[in-house]
Amino acid sequence: MQVIDAKGIYYRDLNQKVREAVAKGEKEVLLKNVNGQYYIGDGLNGESTITIEGVPGNDLAAFMDGPTLIVKDNAQDNISNTMNSGKVIIHGNAGDVLGYGMRGGKLHIRGNVGYRVGIHMKGYKKQAPVIIAGGKAGDFFGEYMAGGILILLNLDGEKDSRPTVGDYAGTGMHGGVIFIRGEVDKKLCGAEVGITDPDEEDIKLLKEHLTDYCKDFNLNIDEIMKGSFKKLTPASLRPYGNLYAY
Amino acid sequence: MFKSLAVPEFLAKIDQIKCIKCKRCIQNCGWSVYAWGGDKVLIDTFKCVKCLRCYHYCPEEAITIEDNPVKYRSNANWGFYNIRNIKRQAETGGIPLTGMGSDMPYPVLFDSLLIDACQVTNPSIDPLREPMELRTYLGKKPAKLEFENGPDGKPKLKTKMPPQIKLEAPFIFAPMSYGSISLNAQKTIAIAAKELGIVMNTGEGGLHEDIYPYRSNIIVQVASGRFGVNPDYLNAGVAVEIKIGQGAKPGIGGHLPGEKIPLDIAKTRMIPVGTDAISPAPQHDIYSIEDLRQLIFAIKEATNYTKPVSVKIAAVHNVAAIASGIVRAGADIVYIDGFRGGTGAAPSIIRDHLGIPIEHALAAVDERLRQEGIRNEASIIAAGGIRSCADAAKAIALGADAVALATSALITMGCTVCGKCYTGNCSWGITTQRPELTVRLDPEVYAERLINLIHAWSHELKEILGALGVNAIESLRGSRERLRGIGLDSQTLDILGVKPVGR
Repeated sequence: MQVIDAKGIYYRDLNQKVREAVAKGEKEVLLKNVNGQYYIGDGLNGESTITIEGVPGNDLAAFMDGPTLIVKDNAQDNISNTMNSGKVIIHGNAGDVLGYGMRGGKLHIRGNVGYRVGIHMKGYKKQAPVIIAGGKAGDFFGEYMAGGILILLNLDGEKDSRPTVGDYAGTGMHGGVIFIRGEVDKKLCGAEVGITDPDEEDIKLLKEHLTDYCKDFNLNIDEIMKGSFKKLTPASLRPYGNLYAY
Repeated sequence: MFKSLAVPEFLAKIDQIKCIKCKRCIQNCGWSVYAWGGDKVLIDTFKCVKCLRCYHYCPEEAITIEDNPVKYRSNANWGFYNIRNIKRQAETGGIPLTGMGSDMPYPVLFDSLLIDACQVTNPSIDPLREPMELRTYLGKKPAKLEFENGPDGKPKLKTKMPPQIKLEAPFIFAPMSYGSISLNAQKTIAIAAKELGIVMNTGEGGLHEDIYPYRSNIIVQVASGRFGVNPDYLNAGVAVEIKIGQGAKPGIGGHLPGEKIPLDIAKTRMIPVGTDAISPAPQHDIYSIEDLRQLIFAIKEATNYTKPVSVKIAAVHNVAAIASGIVRAGADIVYIDGFRGGTGAAPSIIRDHLGIPIEHALAAVDERLRQEGIRNEASIIAAGGIRSCADAAKAIALGADAVALATSALITMGCTVCGKCYTGNCSWGITTQRPELTVRLDPEVYAERLINLIHAWSHELKEILGALGVNAIESLRGSRERLRGIGLDSQTLDILGVKPVGR
């Protein structure tokens, strides 16, 4: 394992060191004293695991293609921006615009997430990105969603009386699927969204993804599956098909 | 009501005496204007867009397409399209879509600028027999150059040059995505770009594997829909472009209709087949110049600082201040698209009424960057209404490093600027994904025509430079002293930074 002390290091130099370690074939990298450095894991490929101590800055894992990033603390905005594959695990809360245009891989967050999470996620056949957040989400959850899977668990509901998901959930959604644990107020959803109960296949899919999620945070899968889920899907493949006069 | 009250724009007519009933018009029309009626060709003229495919493929010249004489009563205020659009909107409740650049009669300042020439006091140059340099490099240029002595004692460049795009002529092909145009159209452009030593731009539709062989002549684009963007893609071309806006539709997103999303496009864009491909109006990770800087450097990190990053914006009122911010955010190239720029699909209300022309925008940006002492920090690409080499030369004199062409490139492939790109029915196989139509466009054959066009414009540009008495495009760049305005008011002349003719 290679340990890199990030204390006081400019992001460009830190990321250069990380790139060099990964290029060398280092499987385990530990970044200590990270304090807001941007772009960790940006465009990185390979199969290394990078553990981050401290709070990393914006655009963590942007364009990433393969590695696993583990953040022991909170993280900021734009995580997994256009990420292609790999995994990001956040033990705390995370900020806005997570998984923008995400194409594959997984983003697991133990806590709450901010606005516009899962915006314009993509998916094609088996390549489907997955974002799972353990807490609540802000407005515009899954906006413009075109593919992939978004799961919101509201695990700490008793402590926080806000609704699980903010306003305009799934607005502009035209592909993919959102699962929300607990009830969903139709008033909070975008006009393009249909709310149904998950069927057997969906529960199987949920269990598969949540088993992996529970492993990352040492949670009990049976406890989580006890709760009921709602499934949000696009009501139409072409929500704006009638917008134009040809 | 058995037919629309929006009267047809054109009347397709067949001279029944000349017609040999070969049915080529039926096969060739992508719009289903023609059908076989048992003994003669039937015509549904409501569908005709005057793309002239049938006219060109009729062996007997039996077809004529006329402007419909049954237009609404003439009225200087209520024009044909004012009335027709209201009727269409009354029938559908929808927003009228258009394709290509605005056809509204706004003044075109390129047509009010004249270029200087040498007489007596300084010699002109004959470009056919003397060297003439069109080569252009796009990218950040150092503020000064430092040299040191190499091991052989000779001076050697010490300054580390930022990454550059090398062009053999100051032309690039403007972004047109796989989706908005067919793969064969993209291939045609790619072949021509490679042969010409210039670059094309993928637009926001990803990079099809068939285009990968042309990677050294490609700029890849990252836009708000993030279609087809992955680390391979970012590193595939010679530069990466962040698209903020487009001249034909400033401030709004993209909307590729479901008709143009078959399996292959869905796969490249990673969205469901037949859905509309939506590019959000803003990039939701960019709400400020600081945020733009964040994405510019996210891309530079992902490409290990080996590629210039371009930022494309639509020309809008405060374009000079915005461009200054873009340069300060770290962009190596600023691409400015004037409001007459083309599009595959835009609401006509946006296309025809938002944004400003490229001439004003370009002059304002170049001037502002010079005043701030940062003109060397980024190259400027001017686009949006470059119709000829004269427009290109005038744009370069106003401060552009290179100009971008799209409509003119499509015209070499058969396009007649009918403006119906958004329907996906292009009979010429350009702006369609229908296989029976796209197969008509043979990339090898049409690339030759596109190469001819750029060769011709390069010759013309050399002739202009020769007449100006300079032997490199670099000597014309930003040289507004070589332009004069004709019939322009003093404020416009001031904005353009040119003198009136006669002075």
